[in-house]
Amino acid sequence: MPHDPTVAEIGLDEYKYGFITEDKPVFKAQPGLSEEIVRQISAHKDEPEWMLEFRLKALEIYYSKPMPKWGGDLNQLEATLDEIYFYLKPQEKMERSWDDVPQEIKDTFEKLGIPEAERKALAGVGAQYESEMVYHSLKEQWEEQGVIFDSIEDGLRNHPELFREHFATVVPPRDNKFAALNSAVWSGGSFVYIPKGVEVEIPLQAYFRVNTEKMGQFERTLIIVDEGAQAHYIEGCTAPTYSSDSFHSGVIEILVKKDARFRYTTIQNWSHNMYNLVTQRAMVHEAATMEWLDGNLGSKLTMKYPSCFLMGEGAHGSILSIAYASDGQHQDTGGKVVHVAPNTTSQITSKSISRGTGRSSYRGQCKVYKGAVGAKSNVECDALLLDEDSRTDTYPYIEIDENRSTIGHEATVSKVGEEQLFYLMSRGISEEEAMAMVVRGFIEPIAKELPLEYAIELNRLIELEMEGSVG
Amino acid sequence: MAKHLLELRDLHARVAGEEIEILKGVDLTVDHGEVHALMGPNGSGKSTLAKIVAGHPGYEVTAGEVLFEGKNIEELEPDERSRAGIFMAFQYPSEIPGVSISNFLRTAVNARRAEGEEIDVFEFHDQLLEMLALLEMDESFASRFVNEGFSGGEKKRNEILQLAMLKPRLAVLDETDSGLDIDALKIVSHGVNALTEHDDQLGVLLITHYKRILDYIRPDFVHVIMKGRVVESGGPDLAQKLEDAGYEWLREDAAAVSV
Repeated sequence: MPHDPTVAEIGLDEYKYGFITEDKPVFKAQPGLSEEIVRQISAHKDEPEWMLEFRLKALEIYYSKPMPKWGGDLNQLEATLDEIYFYLKPQEKMERSWDDVPQEIKDTFEKLGIPEAERKALAGVGAQYESEMVYHSLKEQWEEQGVIFDSIEDGLRNHPELFREHFATVVPPRDNKFAALNSAVWSGGSFVYIPKGVEVEIPLQAYFRVNTEKMGQFERTLIIVDEGAQAHYIEGCTAPTYSSDSFHSGVIEILVKKDARFRYTTIQNWSHNMYNLVTQRAMVHEAATMEWLDGNLGSKLTMKYPSCFLMGEGAHGSILSIAYASDGQHQDTGGKVVHVAPNTTSQITSKSISRGTGRSSYRGQCKVYKGAVGAKSNVECDALLLDEDSRTDTYPYIEIDENRSTIGHEATVSKVGEEQLFYLMSRGISEEEAMAMVVRGFIEPIAKELPLEYAIELNRLIELEMEGSVG
Repeated sequence: MAKHLLELRDLHARVAGEEIEILKGVDLTVDHGEVHALMGPNGSGKSTLAKIVAGHPGYEVTAGEVLFEGKNIEELEPDERSRAGIFMAFQYPSEIPGVSISNFLRTAVNARRAEGEEIDVFEFHDQLLEMLALLEMDESFASRFVNEGFSGGEKKRNEILQLAMLKPRLAVLDETDSGLDIDALKIVSHGVNALTEHDDQLGVLLITHYKRILDYIRPDFVHVIMKGRVVESGGPDLAQKLEDAGYEWLREDAAAVSV
């Protein structure tokens, strides 16, 4: 019986999601960064000239900027940049054996009840993944409403004017070194457009994985919420995502236009060798609302400060952030609010937990420009230390140039009290479970904002983290 | 011969790491189905006794034994003791922010069940509502955070709610009456009585400074503790005697005994 040779020949028979890519010459991947690589990326994506120029310019900016000296320790990262593959296509399969995956990762999958089929995927074994987004879901009704939810590449391809009008307007390459890097080598991410007045009830979700040895992940997301529209986007995954020595540097740009409402939720639980440096920023216009929900549980080092630029009168921005750092981890997270227009309001609530030798820092900025009369901002950062060696720091930056404004800042540090622990244990609850309970109670104000299945996962993860944390 | 529910034999105890003994040889026995009242002036060691039975890490036994159903429990952690059937109603219950009473109780109930045999959600809910009603607590209590923003009376009722849901074999009530007005006292007592009526094996050690609660929860036995020792034991009328005459008459005797 004759069979279709094409699929097998071009190696797509194992391609899980059934995408048919165009017939492209196989991209020869090499480690390290260079102008050549950037050209190849752009060529491979068949990009318009302006995008190639944009990338090249960004590359120059990247080379010209020094490594930041604040935040976390980036020395090791700097050393490994030459070894990272900045771009890989699906056909470049980098097989790794399931046997190489650390036992504790396998145990976690077991405990979380991850289906067998997903475990290998999450552990980066048997590569089906690459820089470009291969998985996202879009319901028919969204299409009918005119909602666009594409990969970033398709966004550029299919909606060139809309794309170009907004791209890099929120985070220009000059913004910081890693924004420049991302601008040069970005690949994968989402392009979202919500038309005027449209309310999208079900959260838009997308998740991607970093999978291969020395694989950098440079996703770029652009979201435009037009006037009066409303939506919720969830990115990330609570299950541990494993790879070795990886680096994730993403850029997320969001425009929330007049009277619109938007929430962006991230839960990340990257494996503990990952450097996670992300620039997330939203421009919020008149009477619009932007909410960032940021959960950082994994990675070796995360530097992430979701920001709201309140550009129009009456705009509101809020950032709810949870960070959990255990042995060897450093979460340097928080948020930024910039009040440009009058009568704007903002709220930053940060809950950080440090366990073992983990370090959890709050880094935040509140800036009020002159003329932002009636601006109101409140920051609440709470830290919970679980062990003797745990560490927490707070770096608040407050710049107020308009004295007709109200700014509040509260910070607390606490540890789990002996009496609290005894009280819970005296009800038959084990010490580990009691600690987990106190931690869950601590993050409750933020966790309750998460969609239910995420909240459940988050609780379970914390329970697992607590196991072996005592005694 | 049936084992005693709780037996304290020549119990000596102190604050962990300190020199001074607070309990200096306590002998006390509580059998199944009995209500014992333990009364004494401030500083007599009442609360220390309760904490030692519950296994508070801040206190240690220096001599003597604590036996629960015939077994020495000194090596058992507080959670193990609880699962074995010991319950203590705290004098000063802790707050657990962000954790609802419902969540907290269900975790505690499941802690004493085998894995895979957790209580059915609906069954739990029904039981909880029943007990809330018993203690005249509104349904909304279930979603309030444990002891956060609770009045004194609410905290104490919450302790008895836990007692009702966890169904222990021994309940040690550490000055449950302190800070309660008469109405709250009646409700709490009513709750305890309902539980002892329902479970005739439940033993209660009621620790109190004042006789008042004993008008509502009738003890089978009354003991008086002074300066770390039980100096007198008797029936319910002993409580009345203390109310009428105070602790003085016992102090003289105690002074005569301790050298």
